[in-house]
Amino acid sequence: MTGAGVAVIAVLVLLLFGTGFLLGRTARPVRTSDVGTPVEHATFETLHTASLAAPPLRAGLTEESARRSARRLRSLLGTDALCLTDRDRVLVWDGEGDHHGADVMRDVQGLLASGRDTAFHSDCGDLDCPLRWAVAVPLTVDHRVLGTLVAYAPRESAVLARAAGEVARWVCVQLELAELDRSRTQLIEAEIKALRAQISPHFIFNSLAAIASFVRTDPERARELLLEFADFTRYSFRRHGEFTTLADELHSIDQYLALVRARFGERLSVTLQVAPEVLPVSLPFLCLQPLVENAVKHGLEGAAGPRPYDSVRAGNEPIRITISALDAGAEAEVVIEDDGTGMEPERLRQILRGEGGTSTGIGLVNVDERLRQVYGDDYGLVIETGVGAGMKITLRLPKYRAGVHGS
Amino acid sequence: MSTPGHPAAVAAVALVVLATVLVGGFGLRISRTTSDFYVASRTVRPRLNAAAISGEYLSAASFLGIAGLVLVHGPDMLWYPVGYTAGYLVLLVFVAAPLRRSGAYTLPDFAEGRLESRQVRRLVSVFVVGAGWVYLVPQLQGAGLTLRILTGAPGWLGDVLVASVVVVAVAAGGMRSITFVQVFQYWLKLTALLVPAIFLVLAWQGDGRPRVSFDEQISVFRADHPLYATYGLIVATFLGTMGLPHVVVRFYTSPNGRDARRTTVAVLALVGLFYLLPPVYGALGRLYAPELMHGDAADAAVLLLPARVIGGLGGDLLGALLAGGAFAAFLSTASGLTMAVAGVITQDVLPSRGVRHFRLATVLAIAVPLAGSLVVSRVPVADAVGMAFAVSASSFCPLLVLGIWWRRLTPPGAIAGLLLGGGSALLSVAITVSGAVRPPGWPHALLAWPAVWSVPVGFLAMVLVSLATPGRIPPGTNAAMTRFHLPEALTSGRVR
Repeated sequence: MTGAGVAVIAVLVLLLFGTGFLLGRTARPVRTSDVGTPVEHATFETLHTASLAAPPLRAGLTEESARRSARRLRSLLGTDALCLTDRDRVLVWDGEGDHHGADVMRDVQGLLASGRDTAFHSDCGDLDCPLRWAVAVPLTVDHRVLGTLVAYAPRESAVLARAAGEVARWVCVQLELAELDRSRTQLIEAEIKALRAQISPHFIFNSLAAIASFVRTDPERARELLLEFADFTRYSFRRHGEFTTLADELHSIDQYLALVRARFGERLSVTLQVAPEVLPVSLPFLCLQPLVENAVKHGLEGAAGPRPYDSVRAGNEPIRITISALDAGAEAEVVIEDDGTGMEPERLRQILRGEGGTSTGIGLVNVDERLRQVYGDDYGLVIETGVGAGMKITLRLPKYRAGVHGS
Repeated sequence: MSTPGHPAAVAAVALVVLATVLVGGFGLRISRTTSDFYVASRTVRPRLNAAAISGEYLSAASFLGIAGLVLVHGPDMLWYPVGYTAGYLVLLVFVAAPLRRSGAYTLPDFAEGRLESRQVRRLVSVFVVGAGWVYLVPQLQGAGLTLRILTGAPGWLGDVLVASVVVVAVAAGGMRSITFVQVFQYWLKLTALLVPAIFLVLAWQGDGRPRVSFDEQISVFRADHPLYATYGLIVATFLGTMGLPHVVVRFYTSPNGRDARRTTVAVLALVGLFYLLPPVYGALGRLYAPELMHGDAADAAVLLLPARVIGGLGGDLLGALLAGGAFAAFLSTASGLTMAVAGVITQDVLPSRGVRHFRLATVLAIAVPLAGSLVVSRVPVADAVGMAFAVSASSFCPLLVLGIWWRRLTPPGAIAGLLLGGGSALLSVAITVSGAVRPPGWPHALLAWPAVWSVPVGFLAMVLVSLATPGRIPPGTNAAMTRFHLPEALTSGRVR
């Protein structure tokens, strides 16, 4: 194959891609012309324009959304000029005669206070200016006037006044939907805040009791443990930031385990396998600690706990926990494994559905929900378990996700 | 080139290939297994990270290409090692720390985080794939050349061999970026070039230190506007390094912005040290293998010298060391690039995620450059790599520099700059390697070294369109800027 041939093919392929891209972006449903009578046609036309104007307004009443919807709204009304304002200023002026813009806010002051439609004559000094009369209608959401829609015409027109009222009502519905969107986002944020993991009061109580037992026998150790405890609580109780880094989270787990060891001695054996490349990965705050706590609990249940299942574990057999964090391209894979009692898969499913009832697994559910909220449903916990078979919890953390910044 | 290599050289190549496959396939467990949290949560130190970056960065162009160009065209070509190194200086001053603080793992991540636009993200992904492909072609061609010199095998065999090894290693082993392996690669490449160089210089001294002369007329044509070509090279390499996909990814490993800067300083030292060596080979090649000036195999100078100058078993062993080092260079850079390109393809091009898709993407990521390397005419390796730098400099450099230092950058501006600057550079490169515009004449010079005009075009388009669309400045710009430019301890509100 000659070089020129290759060049031609390369250019053709590029052109093809470009055309496809453009077509994909501009393709709209082709409007068929055989839609019946002119009235029907006009109806479709109007509905179509209205549907095009709707999406920008779903973002609320801002300069950007006003700019993108104004032209469509004006073609709905068929006026020479249309203006959208919020309570303080003109958001957009579409059409001719934008020298009126400066006066609009003065003209709609009364409307903003009363919330009633007004019509007024524009006292324009320019004799050629066709905008002689205007109707202003309020945009209200929940009885609050958010802004106004002002339509201009050469002369008084009852039809325009009526139409402006209807369009404004339609815009209000869109703005109400925007408000709804916003409260839904707020709800999710509130949920995330509420889901913020909390360390259990029992843990604090038990730790302090364990430290107290060392105060006489081994004051140096007691001091060290108290410092660990102080560090751990400082991290866990911090109020700023939703996210942390894997390195910090591991550090906190270390302190947690030191405190657990104070109670259970050296029976707890922890193996770590951490790829240094993933230590800077950001993740939701206190996301791993509950999983480790869970693993410890399971290990202990097998040994000395209330024995909900037939246990094969002797009283002082070591509890083994493995924590690994490996690099997997654009993600990090964290696995927490214990060799404890494990769990009936069906019961685990119940717990994850929120029907567990007991305190066991609250941590799991919480972590699972937070991961799903932050990263999407693809990133929930993956848990492998069986009775007497231990438990293996896998979570995947994307190395980058917009808005997730560990601090 | 009827100098079939000693079996030792073939053995060295086989060893390097085998080691690469094993490391990839079995995922050598170098990650630390310990019960000590302090050990486990020790982040990668700047020096180690720097060696890893250098290990992945030093490619066939560095190992073979520079020596070949110096041999043929003389000291003018010293701008290549200078440019490849100085790119890190620009990276250090303008980009390293803010890029790390942005938290981005790849360039598309950075674009999305800074401009809050999925469209820009997708466009950047396209350019990452494009620049990666342009960069992969010379790696594969270099491998083909090396294998031909060593065994007399047909040229395409090396291309296919390296491509398949990379696919096996990356697709089977998965997406690990194993710092220690890359660190090892750097030291292997340095040793492979340094030890024979010492022997060669000693042999040259023993020979009575003949003077190297570059006065002889060059019969091989390179550029009819050498000054322009040199400026094109300087702009491309100085500004292009910051956008290389496999380099950017490694900065994520630094724990914070300050360490990212320190890493870059260390990279400057390590890469600078390495680049002292190829010119030595170039000069000695001019002396002892002058016939290479007239063929198309000047890139092979490094491999042939030990046998010419020293000869005997010693020469063969040193040649084997060099061949092994060269293959390490192809494989490490090619797999780093393939991984970066495949990652972008999986994330932003293919519909859903998963290991199977990553494998598919790996095949796709290397199949296209392989086809390219077999079809297009052979450009000297270092020149071809220069083209990849030109694409990167015209698209990613404006995006990164303006994104980090200019508040008023808007998504439409970024798109315009990428399309006009990067797009024109990519098109020029495609036309040049296809051989549609042949030298001599300005058209060829302008297309073969596009950076001189395409970088300003990219910057201008980005700035002007951004200024024309002031309403589209992303709402989070101030927050992003704060994060980029303040030390982490300040923005996180934690005092430690």
